Amino acid sequence: MARKPEKETKVVETTGHEWDGITELDNPMPRWWLWTFYLTIIWGIGYTIAYPAWPLLNGATPGLLGYSSRAEVAKDIAAVDAANAPLNDKIVSLDLATIAGDSEVGNYAISAGGAVFRTFCIQCHGSGAAGSAGYPNLRDDDWLWGGDIETIYTTISHGIRADEDEDTRLSEMPAFGDDYLSKVEIAQAAQFVLSLTGRATDATLVEGGAVVFEDNCSACHGSDGLGDKFVGAPNLADAIWLYGGDLETVTETITNSRGGVMPAWSAAGRLNEAQLRQVAVYVHELGGGE
Amino acid sequence: MGILDKHKIIEKNATLLLVLSLLVVSIGGLVQIVPLFYLENTIEDVEGMRPYTPLELTGRDIYVREGCYLCHSQMIRPLRDEVERYGHYSLAAESQYDYPFQWGSKRTGPDLARVGGRYSDEWQADHLRQPRDVVPESIMPSYRWLEEKVIDGKYVADSLKANAAFGRAPYSEEMIEMARADFRAQVDPDADTEGLQSRYGAAADWGGRDVNVRNFDGQPELTEADALIAYLQMLGTLVDFSTFIPDASR
Repeated sequence: MARKPEKETKVVETTGHEWDGITELDNPMPRWWLWTFYLTIIWGIGYTIAYPAWPLLNGATPGLLGYSSRAEVAKDIAAVDAANAPLNDKIVSLDLATIAGDSEVGNYAISAGGAVFRTFCIQCHGSGAAGSAGYPNLRDDDWLWGGDIETIYTTISHGIRADEDEDTRLSEMPAFGDDYLSKVEIAQAAQFVLSLTGRATDATLVEGGAVVFEDNCSACHGSDGLGDKFVGAPNLADAIWLYGGDLETVTETITNSRGGVMPAWSAAGRLNEAQLRQVAVYVHELGGGE
Repeated sequence: MGILDKHKIIEKNATLLLVLSLLVVSIGGLVQIVPLFYLENTIEDVEGMRPYTPLELTGRDIYVREGCYLCHSQMIRPLRDEVERYGHYSLAAESQYDYPFQWGSKRTGPDLARVGGRYSDEWQADHLRQPRDVVPESIMPSYRWLEEKVIDGKYVADSLKANAAFGRAPYSEEMIEMARADFRAQVDPDADTEGLQSRYGAAADWGGRDVNVRNFDGQPELTEADALIAYLQMLGTLVDFSTFIPDASR
């Protein structure tokens, strides 16, 4: 293979340094590199003129383009709000019960409500809305405070036992272990509660429990244990248990009481009116809405 | 003799080169850093921002100790998707009493800058004990020892002093003196909280609301879980955004 002829060496100035006969060539920088370098300088100066940059006495120079990250985000939000405004206005003006049936806004309300639900609600109620121990399942037809859409909307807006909202849903089960009932009476009441679903294991305790229940529990849960949605007292005669329906958990519930807290989503600017309505429609549509 | 030839003097004197390099770097640093200390709009004045109560400060120390910042940021950026998910974008004023700040740069879990009040105390306690009990998809570790570790606030006054000395936290002498009492009062719904509220609550001149006083973890003892939940439930709730008007030039 023939070797390529060596390139003719250009005559380049040296830097004038010499060490033991070794000299240093003074090649100029490549022209493309130099021009890129000068361009970045020009770009940099232009950038500080166009965008906020130089600190002055009270603030930085605002820049000719008037850019502000805050104005930008406000603009982005306003644009999306404006695009959804016709639908949201309709959701706010329509009667809650008729939103889902409305062909124009129904689907929008459900999918927007789903987005709200997935952002703010799934942490407690679960991503499938099936809840977990202490956090209600929203897919079944058992409702503590009522499952029609107006009631769901009120619950979402004002929360349950939420400090921050004066109109929140309030009720308090006493901790019967604190001087109200003896251990025996609690055991009786627990057996009676189990008997409502045919699971009692001690007939004599159930007998005494009926009296204890009538005297202490029936005011909220009803004589037959069917509960009262007006005070959020759960139905004790069905198979759905919020904290657990075994003897141990029921005894614990009677002894120390329960009282879940749900934040008021209308408070502190958390959700706006349209979002509250959307998520109410979504929850109502999950399957258990009355 | 051109200026480039004089450059030879610097190149031949290593010490001079070092001194002059430092000078150049300092100018760059000063131009970037110094204005932050005098510019009026670096930290806006906002209503309601207050130094943390002794209990919240203890909770914050636990937050730092457990490395929560490794997975959770506390910094909502001014972007639409973040503002819609987490709430109003964070302000510099909101972390001005944080030493060090907890902005973070990694979100394995969600941002916590406005987590306060979003979930119940019970949820926070359940979630710290075993995250998968409430969020089956969660990969957060369990922090069950927090509710078992009883704390007495023995060094909380020192903690306030340190934050006043090194951070920006304006703890008064009265606050430091009453730190341990305030620490206990905040978890006791039956306690006399007038002093606590007069120092940190609506009655104080921070312009905010009253401090949350509850038994945060639902247990009789004052535990680390109480302190951490008190801190979490306060996060992002101090500034009242209904009266906040953003300075447009930022």
